[in-house]
Amino acid sequence: MTKADIIESVYEQIGFSKREAADVVETVFETMKSTLANGEKIKVSGFGNFVVRSKRARVGRNPQTGDVITISERRVLTFKPSQVLKDALNDNQSDA
Amino acid sequence: MTKSELAQLLADSGCCVTRRHADRVVSTIFNSMGQALVDGDRIEIRGFGSFEVRSRPARKGRNPRTGQSVDISERKVPHFRAGKEIRKLINDAAGS
Repeated sequence: MTKADIIESVYEQIGFSKREAADVVETVFETMKSTLANGEKIKVSGFGNFVVRSKRARVGRNPQTGDVITISERRVLTFKPSQVLKDALNDNQSDA
Repeated sequence: MTKSELAQLLADSGCCVTRRHADRVVSTIFNSMGQALVDGDRIEIRGFGSFEVRSRPARKGRNPRTGQSVDISERKVPHFRAGKEIRKLINDAAGS
């Protein structure tokens, strides 16, 4: 699935034009990006949470050369899927 | 930020939606993404990231309260990998 497929779903289910559906889907992802860039987390009930976590600087190695290098302090984006989504993925098994 | 706050921002953006439509748009997006994962489909949103379903093998676990051994069946979990663009956005913001 790509953004085009998501736009298609919005187009079919909301009754927007293709153009409007494309704009609105684009805006949703851009809004999510800038929110996360500000360090704010996003909670999507039924889907999962997107959280920005801070990592301290640490010592790493170049696996190719074995050189010791410092990995700088950084922020990373993690996704924690909701229980609802995890259950949906495993429905076949839990029902069996 | 929650799903409804995201919908509010979308409506405020004047992008093309009323508040009521905005809720439906946001729900439609995440529902169609959830459904794609249930179908075993991979999702790729350029600049944001990709989602895929990974399998975890069956394993023996323990009930931490009773110490009893339990069988945990094979299961599927969603996995998210942040896109290049968002990783950069998140880190550039941290540096400032």
